[in-house]
Amino acid sequence: MAEFLPLFFVMAMGLSLLLYVILDGFDLGIGILLPLANDVEKDIMVASIGPFWDANETWLVLGVGVLLIAFPQAHGIVLTALYLPVTVMLFGLILRGVAFDFRVKAGDHRKALWNGAFFVGSLAAAMAQGWMLGAYITGLESTPTSTGFAALIALALPALYVMLGGAWLLIKTEGALFNKAVNWCRRALLPMGFALILVSIATPLVNSDIAARWFTLPNAIGLAPIPVTCLLVYGGIGWLLQRVDVLEAGYGWLLFTALIVICLMAAIGLAYSIYPYIIIGRMTLWEAAAATSSLWFIFWGVAVTLPLIAAYTVFVYRIFAGKATALSYD
Amino acid sequence: MAFDPFVLARIQFAANISFHILFPTITIGLAWVLLFFRCRYTLTGDRAWEDAYSFWVKIFALTFALGVVSGITMSFQFGTNWPGFMQRAGNIAGPLLGYEVLTAFFLEASFLGIMLFGKRRVSNRLHLIATFLVALGTTISAFWILALNSWMQTPAGYSLENGQFFAQSWIEIIFNPSFPYRFAHVLLASFLTAAFLVAGVSAWRARAGIQGAAVGKSLKTGVLLAAVAIPLQILAGDFHGLNTLEHQPAKIAAMEGVWHTEKGAAFTLFGWPDEERRETRFAVKIPYAASLILTHELDGEVQGLNEFPNEHPPVAPVFWSFRVMLAMGGLMLLVSWWGAWSYWRGRQPGAGLLLALSLMTFSGWVATLAGWYVTEIGRQPWIVSGLLATADVVADHATATLGGTLFGYVGLYLFLLVSYVQALRYLATRPAHSGPAPQPGYSGGAAEGVA
Repeated sequence: MAEFLPLFFVMAMGLSLLLYVILDGFDLGIGILLPLANDVEKDIMVASIGPFWDANETWLVLGVGVLLIAFPQAHGIVLTALYLPVTVMLFGLILRGVAFDFRVKAGDHRKALWNGAFFVGSLAAAMAQGWMLGAYITGLESTPTSTGFAALIALALPALYVMLGGAWLLIKTEGALFNKAVNWCRRALLPMGFALILVSIATPLVNSDIAARWFTLPNAIGLAPIPVTCLLVYGGIGWLLQRVDVLEAGYGWLLFTALIVICLMAAIGLAYSIYPYIIIGRMTLWEAAAATSSLWFIFWGVAVTLPLIAAYTVFVYRIFAGKATALSYD
Repeated sequence: MAFDPFVLARIQFAANISFHILFPTITIGLAWVLLFFRCRYTLTGDRAWEDAYSFWVKIFALTFALGVVSGITMSFQFGTNWPGFMQRAGNIAGPLLGYEVLTAFFLEASFLGIMLFGKRRVSNRLHLIATFLVALGTTISAFWILALNSWMQTPAGYSLENGQFFAQSWIEIIFNPSFPYRFAHVLLASFLTAAFLVAGVSAWRARAGIQGAAVGKSLKTGVLLAAVAIPLQILAGDFHGLNTLEHQPAKIAAMEGVWHTEKGAAFTLFGWPDEERRETRFAVKIPYAASLILTHELDGEVQGLNEFPNEHPPVAPVFWSFRVMLAMGGLMLLVSWWGAWSYWRGRQPGAGLLLALSLMTFSGWVATLAGWYVTEIGRQPWIVSGLLATADVVADHATATLGGTLFGYVGLYLFLLVSYVQALRYLATRPAHSGPAPQPGYSGGAAEGVA
């Protein structure tokens, strides 16, 4: 029975990080897009994520938390190896997080400064996360291949976030800003595809065992739905972005849904590649796992609270459903 | 002491935790004050309470955001700076931190959105519930993190195998010997910090000539909350000290600057603890006072630092921080009771009291930081008292890496701290508004609405 606990927790961690990428992904994407909007639009863009960003960011804390709780042996190794990008990400998240408040509370003369901090923080966090993803899926080695992938994914991952941010704006805005968002998404489409390809080829390229798993029959056929789905959805996004009439007819949410499917497929693909390791080629889930008594203690906590968290998260999103309006404390 | 990676890792972590604690110590108390404002409005219908809420919720949101982002930094630095701690004590620390995320972080972060921006979208009842859940979340968060911190001070409910900790009893781990005292002490500290911030900023407003019933109500709430909390805090501090004497006598010896075990020990008011000479130079003492405070007997025995060769904390920082905390507590008592006396006599606070309250605005920060330095530096050289040395769990980053990032963190934190105080001043000096709220809409609220 205890054998299943590490598996349960790695799935919890994967789910948290996937939710983080999707949810804070659109927050960060909107931050990256901020300089392209005029002053009124900037306020609406920030308002469209204002009630959510804090809870969205908490999924990252839970993801890292689960790594720490369930796999303490890996937690130290991963975070020590990623010390610099983690630091850059933290600086970025700090700047972005405080800019939400400072841009409207430090006085109008400071607003431009904090809008700038919002953008720089979002971009830095997105790029650092790309670097960390690249370094992690190439085995946390300091080889030129690993560093190269880390750098390329750092450059490409923000495109996925921009796409998520743009898609969120299609749901939450209308008029001129809506049209701008469509254009932003069109421009992010190719870089996003590039990012997806990079993430897909990195693991098999640096590790021949993983390559064998993907590219030998019959596995290749069984796994085909993952890349095929991605390709189809990607094509669908390309088509959708040319059909502004469809998007304007109230189907803006289709793009966001399509992106969720792509993120989910990418996550499943990565999970398949990396399993049963937690640090590729070095440490398995079971080697890194915490003591069974500790895992049981937190298992019940997760089992009870996670559905509750999901329920009230949906509740909050529903309260703030509809097109975004400037936020008011009154 | 050279600036080796160990020292740098400690300075970096201390810088982070010092910066971080400034904000939760406000929000834990302030959240309950905000709930009080909302409840008063709901019960009395007096618009001034709602105005007080509207003003303070903006400061709450700003403070909360600073707490969140610096807290995320902390959660990563456990791993980046002290990987050995997680490898050895992860079985204990992990679940406690996990429960903090699961039961507190999501709760407060999710309902904060409704609390801040949902007043027009939900019923008054649901808004009150959301405000309550945010306040509850901040307090639950304090519960878990203090359970872990207290366990590191007074470990219980564990077994040790091959240098690794294993949980034996979670009840004993959570409710370890120092936990109830530390939890009470920190919660009261938070209420005091929030009370003096509320009273202080309201005093700024009154001194700047900003009229309005909301300013007066905030001021009175802050003063009276402080006046009630400070005697309780002194009592809680005394109990906490007795508990520390029982479980961590070396920390007490450092706080008191007592080198040789003695009966009827004097309390050193001021002095210069000299570790080379192993004596406190230029000491000004009150005879028997240390024994009286610590043992509640005139000739009670107080163990000296020499009983703990090479295993006691650095004396001077603990000794001095303790005195700063006590001095702040004394000032808090003086000023808040002065204010309470003034209200009791039916007078509005005069110019002198307003000035004193203005000066005391951030007194909670000073006292809280000093208190944390006492307890955290006082735990050294251990990360888990008596069982795991801090030096054994540090990451082996290059000095340049740690030094560079430390420089970056300190620069960023100073910038944010200055920005925070400036934003408080900016918000405080704008006229109080009353009457109909601005309509939400694309055109309106551009200047202040979004947060």
